[in-house]
Amino acid sequence: MTAILPTHDFNSSSLEFAVDDAHFAYERVAALQGLTLEIRAGERIALLGANGSGKSTLLRLMDGLLFPSKGTVRFRGAALTEDALENDAFSHSFRRRVGLVFQNPDAQLFNPTVFDEVAFGPLQLGWSREEILERVHATLAWIGAEHLKDRAPYRLSGGEKKRVAIASVLVIDPDVLLLDEPTAALDPRSQSQVVELLESWNDGRKTIVSATHQLDIVSEIAERAVVMERGSVVADATSAEVLEDMDLLEAANLIQRRRRAPRLPARVSL
Amino acid sequence: MSKGVIAKTLHEFTDALERTLVSEDSAHGHGLLQSLDPRVKLVGLLALVVAASLSRKLSVLGVLFALGIVLALASRLSPFSLARTVWLVAFGFTCMIAGPAVFLVPGQVLYQLPQGSLAISEQGLHGALLLIVRVETAMTLSALLVLTTPWMQLLKALRALAAPVEVIALLAMTHRYIVLLMETANAMFESRQSRMVGRLNGREQRRLMVNTGGVLLGKTMEMGNQVFQAMQSRGFRGEVKLLTDFRLRTQDYVAIPGFAIAVAAAILAGR
Repeated sequence: MTAILPTHDFNSSSLEFAVDDAHFAYERVAALQGLTLEIRAGERIALLGANGSGKSTLLRLMDGLLFPSKGTVRFRGAALTEDALENDAFSHSFRRRVGLVFQNPDAQLFNPTVFDEVAFGPLQLGWSREEILERVHATLAWIGAEHLKDRAPYRLSGGEKKRVAIASVLVIDPDVLLLDEPTAALDPRSQSQVVELLESWNDGRKTIVSATHQLDIVSEIAERAVVMERGSVVADATSAEVLEDMDLLEAANLIQRRRRAPRLPARVSL
Repeated sequence: MSKGVIAKTLHEFTDALERTLVSEDSAHGHGLLQSLDPRVKLVGLLALVVAASLSRKLSVLGVLFALGIVLALASRLSPFSLARTVWLVAFGFTCMIAGPAVFLVPGQVLYQLPQGSLAISEQGLHGALLLIVRVETAMTLSALLVLTTPWMQLLKALRALAAPVEVIALLAMTHRYIVLLMETANAMFESRQSRMVGRLNGREQRRLMVNTGGVLLGKTMEMGNQVFQAMQSRGFRGEVKLLTDFRLRTQDYVAIPGFAIAVAAAILAGR
């Protein structure tokens, strides 16, 4: 790999992320309230929680895009702070190792063509031209999107956008992949394509953290499930154990056992 | 269902904006300006814009405008497309500004209006014409730059000419983000249209515009944050990096003195 930028040496501990008593609030609305979590290298974890439980905020903290108002977030022992990420060597090394796929692909796809989109990350990391061309072509072929390379990302279908968004992060082959609702708003075929993509990328050494409230994909994308509610962890166990605990899932607003839909109000006569 | 004025205008605005911002097709074409190094093109065309702004003679502005049309044709850009997206818009706005000067600037009366004391003066007409042609010329030359240069190359050229990193980061985000914002605005109006029976009166339309503006502002900030975070997440730190490195070629060495002569001649003749 031709990294021409300065690099930072992270320690080689098996502890990938350590989130300790993290607090975060948007304006006055608390998103994380004393969340503590440890993630080890090679783990595949699902962050489960209803809308507003703090999953997306946690992922942004782990990607060094937001910073806790109290508590710490550490990656391989190094605290993720604004000052640390202002440092070129630290930022370059961190971005090389951790990638985040956003929930809304429209926010993530901002280049004029699919090819430029996938090449964006490697270019920022200072890879050589030859290596970028080789990696981008290989990644596009892997996700079955070579025929889309000259298309404008905003003109793709929802499933294609999501696959390109994932490819634009996986092209740098990060050690840790953070995914925010990877299969949200996708049709069944696109959902299974995304899940297969993730399975084929992970060779057992990569760490994958997926935030989702879609329980049907959890057993396929994670061995460990962390349930979040109101910005803190309420359960942390194997995916099988969490998925069997109906009371826990219902309390976390992840399932609704009531079968009858509420009645619509009577039609108003004009 | 017939669309309201606001929704229709917005829809057309979105189309126009998309055509302009995502005009990568013409930017990747095989015309004269597309073949030039973006730095040469940027400096050359902007220098011509400055020359047009300094010129006080209609004849010089006319020649610069004609030069713009020749460059557009040589770059395989359709004059009809330019007329629709640039000339008509510039003409409309400039007329609004320059129109009153035709009557307000004192001088030799060319035509006295039948009623009232208003008269068209020669000096007022000349001043208004000068402004209109100047704006049309400057807009044409600027449009040539945007339509014949891929956006990221344009940003890289700006950076190469020492534009601040913050400005480049802002422009890089704006490119994608404006289209998204317009799409959102359009979707909001379409959603409103789909639930609306009949037409809104003027007051209701104004209220709708104000409400939509407020919601859009909120969405603007949210989407702006997300786009910037997505760029940061993949290592963006304000520098525009491209696979293609800028390199001056034969046509650039011909274009540099060509631009210099045109600019110098326009400034000297236009004084």
